[in-house]
Amino acid sequence: MADRVRVKTMMPPGHVRTPTYLRGKEGVIERTLGRFKNPEQLAYGLPADEKPLYRVRFTMGEVWGDQAECPTDTLDAEIYAHWLERL
Amino acid sequence: MGGTPAGPVCQDDHDFALWEKRVDALMVLCGNTGLFTVDGLRRALEDMGEEAFETMSYYERWIAAINQNLLESGTYSIEELGARMEEVARRGPTYGEAQDG
Amino acid sequence: MPHDHLSPSGHPYRKDDDHPLTYWQTMEIAVRELLVEKGVLTPAQITAQIETMDARSPANGAAVVARAWVDPDFKARLLQDASAASREMGFDIGPLHLIAVENTKEIHNLIVCTLCSCYPRNLLGLPPDWYKTRAYRSRAVREPRKVLEEFGLSLSKETQIRVHDSTADMRYIVLPARPDGTDNLSEADLAALVTRDSMIGTGLPKQP
Repeated sequence: MADRVRVKTMMPPGHVRTPTYLRGKEGVIERTLGRFKNPEQLAYGLPADEKPLYRVRFTMGEVWGDQAECPTDTLDAEIYAHWLERL
Repeated sequence: MGGTPAGPVCQDDHDFALWEKRVDALMVLCGNTGLFTVDGLRRALEDMGEEAFETMSYYERWIAAINQNLLESGTYSIEELGARMEEVARRGPTYGEAQDG
Repeated sequence: MPHDHLSPSGHPYRKDDDHPLTYWQTMEIAVRELLVEKGVLTPAQITAQIETMDARSPANGAAVVARAWVDPDFKARLLQDASAASREMGFDIGPLHLIAVENTKEIHNLIVCTLCSCYPRNLLGLPPDWYKTRAYRSRAVREPRKVLEEFGLSLSKETQIRVHDSTADMRYIVLPARPDGTDNLSEADLAALVTRDSMIGTGLPKQP
């Protein structure tokens, strides 16, 4: 996994743990967290695959653009590998 | 919810009622048994929609979501739940009177 | 019916016994009884779980923070693996995956869960009501400085804010900066300065 990543823009219905406000935003991997069961399967009582989970750091400028309160402040979120594209 | 406009953060707090603590305990214990997961709880909460967020309290939403998952897992039937809720309501007009069968 | 307002562990709870029974309370009673009758849970398990949660409080986190302030090796272990460090101090945090994030003169950390209400509950106990509100969850990621001002915390532009959205399997605790003028305080006295909000990031430790 490259250091820089972009969150996928897809908008499927159903239970996902990728916040809408981060879709399509670019960040850097802050740390790797290991593999965790996929919540998109757990949510429906299904046997779940283990997916790599990353902590991704975004700048507020990237997330909110001109609307950012302070563009150099940052936001960290945990994102599963299948929601990330390498840059 | 992240990023949508909203008003000031109300900093009021409350001690939890016994029934709320019981709902919390049921969620943790059902999770431990493998009947459903916290993601199942969250999915049911999300499927309840925006209106539920405005009209129901936190643990009201939780017991509704727990029940949804238990019905889906076949732990009990809708008929069993409905009959039991009627019986509970007949025990008395307050939680204190109805809480123990 | 017993009508005292103490749970088995002695913690007070809201006086709700005398209010009219609600639909959702009726459902709680029915679901609980069905789970017991079906052999899924026992009443003793439910009581024990309530007592376990009642025993968890911000004081546990405060003890961890104070230890980190006085013991650099412990602090290093806390920042490396906060779950292991909490267990090392004897706290039963169950399966909690905890990450500690450190406040410094340059960096202020703030914890939120925009998707639901994820919180380091197995260390700090149940979250405050405001943590679960739409307002906090919506705004903490977008205008954290304004939110912090509402909590009485005004940060200069030189301080970088790091917001942590607890979106998945990790939970977060802020390791606040040790207040100045506390060199002579004991670990227990230091722990008394550590507030719940200072471990969420919406506050700072008390001054001695």
